[in-house]
Amino acid sequence: MKIKFWGVRGSIPSPRAGTVRYGGNTTCIEIRTDNNELIILDGGTGIFPLSQTLLKELPVTANIFITHSHWDHIHGLPFFIPNFIPGNKMILHGALDPVSGRGVEQVMDVQLQYSYFPVREAEMKASIEYVSLSPGETVQAGSATITATLLNHPVVNFGYRVECNGKSLFFTGDHEPYSNIYSPGDESYEEYRGLVEAQERMVFDAMHGVDVLIADSSYTIDEYPAKKGWGHGTFDSCMQMADAIGAKILYCTHHEPTRDDDALEREFAKALERHPRREGMTDFRLAREGIEIEF
Amino acid sequence: MNNLSEELNKKLGEAVERMPAFPKSVQKILELTRDLNCSPKVLVQVIENDPVITMKILRVLNSAYYRLPSKITSINHSVVFLGLNTVKNIALSIAAIGILPKKNAAGFDVSQYLLHSLSTAAIAKHLGSKIGGADPMDCYVAGLLHDFGKIVFAQFMPEQFKVALETSMKDDISLFTAEQAAIGTDHTVVGSMLAEKWQFPEPLINSIRNHHSEKAGATVMGSCVYAANQISKKMGYGFAGDARVESLPPAVSKHFGININLDVLIDSIGDDELSKILEHAKQFAQVDAS
Ligand SMILES: [Zn+2]
Ligand SMILES: [Zn+2]
Repeated sequence: MKIKFWGVRGSIPSPRAGTVRYGGNTTCIEIRTDNNELIILDGGTGIFPLSQTLLKELPVTANIFITHSHWDHIHGLPFFIPNFIPGNKMILHGALDPVSGRGVEQVMDVQLQYSYFPVREAEMKASIEYVSLSPGETVQAGSATITATLLNHPVVNFGYRVECNGKSLFFTGDHEPYSNIYSPGDESYEEYRGLVEAQERMVFDAMHGVDVLIADSSYTIDEYPAKKGWGHGTFDSCMQMADAIGAKILYCTHHEPTRDDDALEREFAKALERHPRREGMTDFRLAREGIEIEF
Repeated sequence: MNNLSEELNKKLGEAVERMPAFPKSVQKILELTRDLNCSPKVLVQVIENDPVITMKILRVLNSAYYRLPSKITSINHSVVFLGLNTVKNIALSIAAIGILPKKNAAGFDVSQYLLHSLSTAAIAKHLGSKIGGADPMDCYVAGLLHDFGKIVFAQFMPEQFKVALETSMKDDISLFTAEQAAIGTDHTVVGSMLAEKWQFPEPLINSIRNHHSEKAGATVMGSCVYAANQISKKMGYGFAGDARVESLPPAVSKHFGININLDVLIDSIGDDELSKILEHAKQFAQVDAS
């Protein structure tokens, strides 16, 4: 399996001198199976440069998996160039919106309204297919098996486990560790604690033992208290999670748009000091636009 | 046993989608969602006090879409599973429908109905935790939803329901018997059919279906709801159109001990607990003095 990061920024594209090294595009990860089948996780602005590289291998079938419907994870979709060329195929996977009751096609519909984007879906020449997944559902994309797990974010967010030829990867999309809404002493505290533990166990089981874990580490532990409930993790929560599930490599991603490269490295280094590594433990890394690994 | 036609079942299911919630919860939800940092606890409390919102959230959660290995009845569980904001958004979308009108064409008082449902829920929870063998919060939810069929009648078949309410009063027969004559079915059937249609957990469906039948005695939860309903009526906590208090069938009373009748059971709960239950229910039901 091969992966390449095309966008590692959270919330909003952030191109500027201070973010040149890690990149300003929002979330997009390219995966190639050993048979060179194409899987794309999220359609942030990183999907645009990715899609340009696809023009040399047409016709292309893109298996896209959307973690959730926030802009920074879908914003690049209308600019996915292969959609404009006949013979290509896009299969867009994602969750159903429990509030509107609509499937994943909604993420295209809302963006392809004529006042906001000049091309209507009917005018796109490629074949476009929508697959709305249920939590826990497993689908096949070429030789890869992908399983969706419901995580914790303000909207329904799927983490995806991708498995192929004995290798595995888990991408959280946006995820905040679960916490108790009650205080010790409240009548419902214990009940809620049990529910949280059960839910966390289920999530950890879904991630268990992956070769690569890519996780939302938007905040530092100092920033977190003011952002609790916003649906994002910290460097530290990701490191603890990676250790708990026994990942070989952790990539911290969804970097804060205001955090310049130097600050990013500094905060990451501080978190690393709090979680010292020994031989055989998870290798902690920062996701950077453009890096490619094979495992 | 009356069965709803497929068509009526579908029609009622769709109608409930458009059914508004109770005034106090709508007001509370709008207030809470204006505040970015609203307390999750308060939101859960609002939902747990509104049968319409509880019903709709359980519907989303237990739908085939979520493929849950075991069914969910607790609002806390729904918050952990779906996330606070999704639950908040569902609540908000229900609040946006409007407010359940206090005056409906059936002449059915929705605040008194809510008071009856809330007190039944709290008493069922109390009984459940006292005798064991049923999850107290499940008993609470079953008590909260046991009469849901009535609010559906009041909202969507007001003329026929009005006839049932009047006949029950005039002829001193229980409301569900009068409903069968006037509507061709009764609120236990409609309530449980909706719960079944929305794939609620089996014990919850059964507790709604059997709350006027001795079959309630088959489970602890069913017995708690049966008894709580009669206690609430006997105490005059709210009014849901049925003035008759039924005695506990042996199949039900046996769960609470030997020689237990309604009065003994009421005594065993105690005045303190009962007045606490009434006070809490009143806060939410917004019953005015008039
Ligand atoms: Zn994001
Ligand atoms: Zn997000």
